[in-house]
Amino acid sequence: MSQSDFLRQLPSGAGPMYSQRTLSQRLRIDPVMLFLLLLLSGVGLMVLYSASDENAAVVLRQGRFLSVAFVVMVLVAQLHPEQLQRWAPFAFIGCILLLIAVHFMGVGAKGAQRWLSLGGFRFQPSELAKLIMPMTVAWYLSSHPLPPSWRYTAASLVIIFVPTVLVATQPDLGTSILIAASGMFVLFLGGISWTFIFSAFGLLLAAAWPMWEFVLHDYQRRRILTLLNPESDKLGAGWNIIQSKTAIGSGGFEGKGWLMGTQSHLDFLPESHTDFIIAVLAEEYGLRGVLLLLLLYALIIGRGIWISTQAKHCFGRLLGGSIILTFFVYVFVNMGMVSGLLPVVGVPLPLVSQGGTSLVTLLVGFGILMGIYADERLVHQ
Amino acid sequence: MATIPRRQTLKNTYRERYVYRRRMFVCIVLLMVMTGVLVSRYTQLQILDYDIYKTQSDRNRIQLMPIAPKRGLIFDRNGILLAENIPSYTLTVIRERVDQLDETLAIIGELIELSDDDIEQFKKRLRRRRPYEEVPLKFRLSEKEIAIIAVNRHRIPGVDVDAQLVRHYPQGELFAHVLGYVGRISEREQDTIDPVNYSGTHHIGKIGLEKYYEDLLHGTVGYQNVESNAHGRILRVLERHDPLPGGDIQLHIDAQVQKVAYDAMAGRRGAVVAIDPKTGGVIAMLSTPSYDANLFVGGISGKDYRALQNDNDLPLYNRALQGQYPPASTVKPLWALAGMYYGVVTPATRYADPGFFSLPNDTRRYRDWKRGGHGASVNMDQAIAESCDVYFYELAYKLGIDRLHDFGTRFGLGDVTGIDNTNERGGLLPSRQWKRDTRGSHWYPGETINVGIGQGFMLATPLQIAVATSVLASRGELRAPRLLAAVGGEPVEAPLLGKMEDVPESQWDAIQHSMEEVIYDVRGTGRSLRKGLQYRMAGKTGTAQVISIAAGEEYDSESLEKRKRDHALFVAYAPSEDPEIAVAVIIENGESGGGVAGPVARAVMDAYLLNSPDVASGEQQ
Repeated sequence: MSQSDFLRQLPSGAGPMYSQRTLSQRLRIDPVMLFLLLLLSGVGLMVLYSASDENAAVVLRQGRFLSVAFVVMVLVAQLHPEQLQRWAPFAFIGCILLLIAVHFMGVGAKGAQRWLSLGGFRFQPSELAKLIMPMTVAWYLSSHPLPPSWRYTAASLVIIFVPTVLVATQPDLGTSILIAASGMFVLFLGGISWTFIFSAFGLLLAAAWPMWEFVLHDYQRRRILTLLNPESDKLGAGWNIIQSKTAIGSGGFEGKGWLMGTQSHLDFLPESHTDFIIAVLAEEYGLRGVLLLLLLYALIIGRGIWISTQAKHCFGRLLGGSIILTFFVYVFVNMGMVSGLLPVVGVPLPLVSQGGTSLVTLLVGFGILMGIYADERLVHQ
Repeated sequence: MATIPRRQTLKNTYRERYVYRRRMFVCIVLLMVMTGVLVSRYTQLQILDYDIYKTQSDRNRIQLMPIAPKRGLIFDRNGILLAENIPSYTLTVIRERVDQLDETLAIIGELIELSDDDIEQFKKRLRRRRPYEEVPLKFRLSEKEIAIIAVNRHRIPGVDVDAQLVRHYPQGELFAHVLGYVGRISEREQDTIDPVNYSGTHHIGKIGLEKYYEDLLHGTVGYQNVESNAHGRILRVLERHDPLPGGDIQLHIDAQVQKVAYDAMAGRRGAVVAIDPKTGGVIAMLSTPSYDANLFVGGISGKDYRALQNDNDLPLYNRALQGQYPPASTVKPLWALAGMYYGVVTPATRYADPGFFSLPNDTRRYRDWKRGGHGASVNMDQAIAESCDVYFYELAYKLGIDRLHDFGTRFGLGDVTGIDNTNERGGLLPSRQWKRDTRGSHWYPGETINVGIGQGFMLATPLQIAVATSVLASRGELRAPRLLAAVGGEPVEAPLLGKMEDVPESQWDAIQHSMEEVIYDVRGTGRSLRKGLQYRMAGKTGTAQVISIAAGEEYDSESLEKRKRDHALFVAYAPSEDPEIAVAVIIENGESGGGVAGPVARAVMDAYLLNSPDVASGEQQ
């Protein structure tokens, strides 16, 4: 504690210490993580090329998004966790206001209001919430003794609840799950009591039955059942799942080969560029490809966890841990829903699915992680 | 250490790190378990069930195709078909099977006629299709076009001829204003319908009964799993779930009576509505001129539509439901009944009619239609039979607008009748409140005088006038008129909205007697209808002013343009001892209620009560 405070007060650029630092240290970048992320992005572009019917324009566009996102990541890595900690409460309030604004003046498609349009520039406040949520909870918990008492736990739950509900009612179920998860991870890592966890689960289960039986309308029950079992709705939601399972299953162990996937190339597979892109990979590269991809994810997550445990600041530790665990939730929910294991809620496969906004959010998260790591290395010297 | 207050005593950094590491360890274990679940799921799909999915993907693309349900048929009360489904051949394209769309369209354009409109509409539809859906390109192919396409099939893979059932109205324009029509589902409608249930359906009820009973008529979609070869031709149906056809419905409408009404109108503008007072069932509902609803089913051409829209006689306008006319003298029986009910007059009360009426302390003269008036002492029978205006000016003045409004409301005036059809309008039964709300001024006594003869602010649709007549016939039973009689053989009841049990029988008798005098009195305005009448009829004539005539000015129909002549009205019910039918007829610019509108009503009643014995038996069922 006292040592880091001392170091931060050193005059910047003071003497020999600087000259000894490597390029990556000066850029505050973790080379291992950077390498893994670039590798994953490369795989993503390759799969996208196939998913888009060999459309180079789509791949180039995604490449441009990636470049921008990586630059943003490096810029974010320059921030110190202390700065983020200071900004967190204000960012949270701003984020809530934006989410409320979306409800009143948001624009959107397919019956959901998600976007806010500011002078020709459109963005999704719910994406901001994915990062501001763990920041806020980490700020709140780290400014109190840990493990959190029941009072602080309850207050944190309120912090988590408000943006989650705002996003879920847009409606954007997938994003709200990610937002809630990122906050819950901070609570869990902060040491929330097991008694609390188990009693909350018990309460939830106990409340579910009367809700189902007495509160929900028939049509609401039907919608939930369709969400849980999409194959019952063969022409609607079931179509996507039947086709994606066929794509995955027909890939076998070795796959049909790059650009050879019939399911995706004959347009059977819906959303093949975006949420369902793992089905393209599974069809063309087989189980081999899926396992290699999972390995790549595992390495990224492993490295992220290691970085977070190195952090000596409570805030950085909680934030870093939550970011990397949420990253896993992306992977799990996406691969689970495409394979028919989970309801389809609209979560992209990180760094592989097409789409600019979520890419930036993800890499900003890694930028924060690298910023935490860079500070720790400074401490070690 | 001790110099740092509060926080140091509470926060234990080492313990926090320890807790974090332990918690992270729990997470890592969980992550591994979940990753294990993913790996086993993908192993299950890709290794264990590989054969199933491999075959499924290899078997030349199994497709799930929706099967549209058959739309319910519409019959009249005697089982005559009013709306049916006939096969129609459509040229369809499966986009996924076509390499070069523009090239294919060009080839088709060489083979058969393909308009720019067809192509534009097709491209619109193409944007909202689901994968491997057959998207229609051209409708109603001729036999020759089908043959040409069949011969050239190999040149245009992905293009096919699809046989579909399409709505057809065999009676043409006779029922256009009753049934309405179906048309192709528009983009706006796409957003409101259930996309699954309509996945095989191309048409939807747009207006009229077809729209009102859309849910009943449509049915539930079915689907089939089909196997097809690389060119999109179906080889085999693997699994089939039959659609649930829409319900066949039977109407109260009597097609023969409707036809008689149509012929009796002889091309004049107007409306005829006939209601069964016992059930509220609509026996005939006609608005003339009409149009051929079949034009709209396949999408009406711009030229045809403009012709209908620009027609001065407004054939698209449903006069029976939407035309708001002054009910004129046809309301007189209602006001006479109100007079008795509120104790203002008895059948024996006599008013003097010098040919005009003036309010106390007012010089303005409200003129009777008959110059010189109907005599020094006019009683109720005479006032209704001869349609004496002055009698009703005085009666209305004594009743006052509040009581007129309250009583008229009980006959269904001033609000929609609630018929099972679309776009009904509610007419206008004025009141003090209404005048305050819409005009911002209070009610003048002179305005009551005009309401006394069904003019002034007062407006009613032909349907409302028929309903009011039906209430007279049934002695106080107000029902929402119903077109629908039965669904799939199950009868449907018309809701009873009110019953005027507080009006004594003797007063109903008096009104009925007065209305019979319209027909049977030597000076009755409907006396010309008496000749050869085989049942007893109770009626009332009316002539509605189209333009207001200033006091003292003479009405000279010859000098008026045709469109400014009075509307002719006639209402009646029969047989008066046990009424089975109540009729309202309005003929625009027909001038004479008894002479022009009366014969139409008589023809309708004759057709219903005399002509067809099978009608009576059909009703018994």
